[in-house]
Amino acid sequence: MAARILFPLAVVLAIVAVALIGGSISFLQPLFSVALLYVAFAIFFFGFMAKVIDWAKSPVPFRIPTTAGQEFSLPWIKWAKIDNPSTTGGVLMRMFFEVCLFRSLFRNMRTDLRSGWLIHSPTKWLWLLALGFHYSFLIIAIRHLRLFVHPIPGFVETLDAVDGMFQIGIPPIYLTDLVILLCVTGLLVRRLCLPKVRFVSLAADYFPLFLILGIVISGLLMRFVFRVDITAVKALANGIVSFHPVVPKGIGAIFFVHLALVCTLIAYFPFSKLMHMGGIFMSPTRNLANTTRMAYHENPWRQPPKFHSYEEYEDMYREYMKEAGLPLERE
Amino acid sequence: MYDAGKVVIGLAIFACIFLFPFLYNHGSAAPQPKPSLDTPAIKALPQKKCVEDTKFMITTHMQFLNDWRDQALRDGNRWYVNKEGKKVWISLQNTCLKCHSNKKEFCDKCHNYAGVDPYCWDCHYDPNGSKL
Repeated sequence: MAARILFPLAVVLAIVAVALIGGSISFLQPLFSVALLYVAFAIFFFGFMAKVIDWAKSPVPFRIPTTAGQEFSLPWIKWAKIDNPSTTGGVLMRMFFEVCLFRSLFRNMRTDLRSGWLIHSPTKWLWLLALGFHYSFLIIAIRHLRLFVHPIPGFVETLDAVDGMFQIGIPPIYLTDLVILLCVTGLLVRRLCLPKVRFVSLAADYFPLFLILGIVISGLLMRFVFRVDITAVKALANGIVSFHPVVPKGIGAIFFVHLALVCTLIAYFPFSKLMHMGGIFMSPTRNLANTTRMAYHENPWRQPPKFHSYEEYEDMYREYMKEAGLPLERE
Repeated sequence: MYDAGKVVIGLAIFACIFLFPFLYNHGSAAPQPKPSLDTPAIKALPQKKCVEDTKFMITTHMQFLNDWRDQALRDGNRWYVNKEGKKVWISLQNTCLKCHSNKKEFCDKCHNYAGVDPYCWDCHYDPNGSKL
């Protein structure tokens, strides 16, 4: 049981150690920045595409939507239009709530045995932590655009200003940094401390959590403790996306640790559970309308059946049948 | 591929989002700015040296100035002793900007490049600049 937790942790720590060494040696810095980023970007981009196309090749022979409410029925029975949609509009609504608000997680229940009674009760922690984590990650990713593109688009600057609006400390603490740190820790604690969740958790569940926690901590350390020259970092990031890579001198090793962890995350992305980013749009339990009986659904791999009629049978064995004196329909 | 039309649209959106920085820059990199030290006060200095060493100033000036503000305005202590033991009068206007009188070519150059918008100028004004 412990190897499931310790192995991914050891891998993350090994990446940190290697990047610390590589980032401190100046002739290795291009390898640990430019080369690593291009490779990771390519694996992420093409791997993501390949995975989605591979999924799209799998036939879905029948409607298998999860029905979380009353299906369309008689007019006097109240129909749950979003939770059990039978129209495209309903499916779009359902997908919107699923992708943007994590409606499935909102329905999370816990089951306890309380003084002999089996009690089901709602629990929103998973939903809250997941929502906080995903939106913080999104905002942080968009904020990082300021280091990749020039001139910086207005929405990135606005987001940056809103995120740091409390002006706590210099450089200002971003709200999303605090939220993501809190939420990732919460999600990790959930896996470690709830016995049932811990029982079903594998190394592939812990690894992304440790990686993301590593990314957040290294990022915060870089911003507040082991500072680096931000213009040098921008020159590097901007050079990479402009295909004129440069590796300015004097970037601290902490930057290479942050970068190595990010590159590991995005290169690992297409092969991991993180592909739920694309997969959520592809999941037949979500994106299909519940029209199992309303509409005719043909099996996509259906071949026309091969018939062998009695006439053909008789043609095949006519002579033997005649010899044996069996009755024939045609002489 | 099943539902090819929808899948292709989805992948096209993904590709646009992912490739946005590449397309936005269209192959021209913005070079790292070099803040200008070309002011009369700096030229007149016998030894070109800031309050602390250059590397420290590049990476940590923001926190340093914040500490100065707290020390001067909240504790009323206007003297700072640097690592070499030299005493410096704490004042953005009279110490920092005396040498770095070129806000546009010094401060703004890197701040604009990295998308940093410090709130120094909410209270202070640039003696040679436009903003009151």
